[in-house]
Amino acid sequence: MTRVEGHGKVTILLDENKQVTQARLHIVEFRGFERFIQDRPYWEIPVVVQRLCGICPVSHHLAAAKAMDVIVGADRLTPTAEKMRRLMHYGQIYQSHALHFFHLVSPDLLFGFDADPAIRNVIGVAEKFPELAVQGVMMRKYGQEIIKVTAGKKIHGTGAIPGGINKNLSIEERDFLLKDIDQQIEWSRGALKIARDYTLEHFADLKDFGSFDSSHLSIIRGDGALDLYDGGLRAIDFQGNRIFDHVNCRDYTDYIAEEVKDWSYMKFPFIKKLGPEKGWYRVGPLARLNTADFIDTPEAEAARQDFMALTNGKPNNVTMAYHWARMIEVLHSAEKIRELLNDTDLQGEDLVVKGERRPEGIGVIEAPRGTLFHHYRVDENDQVTMANLIVSTTSNNEPMNLAVEKVAKKYISGTEVTEGLLNRVEVAIRAYDPCLSCATHALGKMPLIVSIVDHNGRIVDEKIT
Amino acid sequence: MDMVKPRLATASLAGCFGCHMSLLDIDERILQLIELVEFDKSPIDDIKQFTSRCAVGLIEGGCCNEENVHNLQYFRENCDILVSVGECAIMGGIPALRNNIPLKECLEEAYLNGPTVYNPDGKIPGDEELPLILNRVYPCHEVVKMDYHLPGCPPPADLIWRALTALLENKPMDLPYEVIKYD
Repeated sequence: MTRVEGHGKVTILLDENKQVTQARLHIVEFRGFERFIQDRPYWEIPVVVQRLCGICPVSHHLAAAKAMDVIVGADRLTPTAEKMRRLMHYGQIYQSHALHFFHLVSPDLLFGFDADPAIRNVIGVAEKFPELAVQGVMMRKYGQEIIKVTAGKKIHGTGAIPGGINKNLSIEERDFLLKDIDQQIEWSRGALKIARDYTLEHFADLKDFGSFDSSHLSIIRGDGALDLYDGGLRAIDFQGNRIFDHVNCRDYTDYIAEEVKDWSYMKFPFIKKLGPEKGWYRVGPLARLNTADFIDTPEAEAARQDFMALTNGKPNNVTMAYHWARMIEVLHSAEKIRELLNDTDLQGEDLVVKGERRPEGIGVIEAPRGTLFHHYRVDENDQVTMANLIVSTTSNNEPMNLAVEKVAKKYISGTEVTEGLLNRVEVAIRAYDPCLSCATHALGKMPLIVSIVDHNGRIVDEKIT
Repeated sequence: MDMVKPRLATASLAGCFGCHMSLLDIDERILQLIELVEFDKSPIDDIKQFTSRCAVGLIEGGCCNEENVHNLQYFRENCDILVSVGECAIMGGIPALRNNIPLKECLEEAYLNGPTVYNPDGKIPGDEELPLILNRVYPCHEVVKMDYHLPGCPPPADLIWRALTALLENKPMDLPYEVIKYD
């Protein structure tokens, strides 16, 4: 599988009439972070665990730092610390979403799912649509520059520490970023328009493409606004009814559990109240648009209303609508970045707070791909004794499997497997922007091996693309 | 007459993809890179099997399972020059923290002991579709011959750019002290 971030493999099982009976996305890597970070000192964790993932390291860096805030008794960060972290986070969302949309997804949208794989990639985009490709590169670059000035380094930085941050934003850094923000907002509007228009123009085909009704989960601000950095947990069903709301993240184990299945290293999270069969849910941009009552920046809020109008204000359950939702968040992040750059708190000198030491900490954040949970216990020697991580992509495990099954059932007839079909399976997975590296706490890339297995367990066709 | 461009392939084994992200951090120079090379097998495109022999293969990550080993061997067979990019490829990196711990303990912690685990049958993933996990994480040069090592977690974009363009243009590498970072 390519153009997703991680290690995956799909198997499709057929019955005697060559009909699909089962389609599975296997996650094939295992790393064991939960165990091997035990005994490490707690202050090291935000820097170590981000190495789960080089695509969204800031998410892990911040979720771990938030958990360690609890450990060091920092119940309320200084305004400078919280705003620096938020700036880092919006920079991260911005670069990650731009990367996914321009570098990984745009080839499918611009060239079509069946286009020649030799051109259906970011290099093909650069050759055919150079202006758009440059925009994508420059948007990602801008997000990375924000991470650099807040975390010290574009990938695997050190900005967030237990109880706060280790630097503020200098005037020079601020002015450097302010110089380009208007252009970035303009490009964000353009990207949003591409995703929106594509979705609407192809809606008849896209609405059933790997789609299904599902519950949705995210964190939410106290007043119901979209908040990517902090809030309580809200879960809704496919019609928008609340399953739970404003749950303190520190109580997450009362609400969420993860089922283990023997055919994948990625676990299957579910809402406890609904049980392992029915309790699965989606996270990420689509879920966040569905759970939020409003967005607190004007242009993104207008875009949200436009988006929700398509489904008459009810949750949107169309898998391919993830792309549109993601670009609304890009615009929201750009608006937030502008707001923060103009906030003088970022030049404050008060960076770290401490309080009464605690033995256990939980940090939750909305990563680009969805709700991310970090949970640690630390002993009196400052060493970690327990770590539990539920990463965004793990929550989308069941949904991705369902999407694969739906697409496989619809497009595989007989045993002839074409490249275009295989790419359709990947298109459905790619909508979730899965970070399979995060999910297995491993990352890398595997060929998409689609094995067609008949009712006798014999491999009748196998395609490695 | 058009020159035949050298081919470039990349792989992420047991890494975090950060080294690939650092390669993308060359930003606008990616357009120059496209002029310079033809991309072959790489997670950033849709080429999943080598289409022809490559001048350079960039390897991120070490080997934590048998599939990583096969993939690395496949790259060695198909690339003239193979480069270990980043700490995981060079010495196993963070994933190698598990080398001092029995694998069983790592699996049990993730699938039996965690506070959110629901596993009434006490099963640990072991389906035949899942590749065999190795007893420890191996750096690339313990599996196949590696020609160059670029340090860093990840190596800075400028380091990757300078090393890569030198290899592709068959020039000596000019790597000043400031572009080599080990964190």
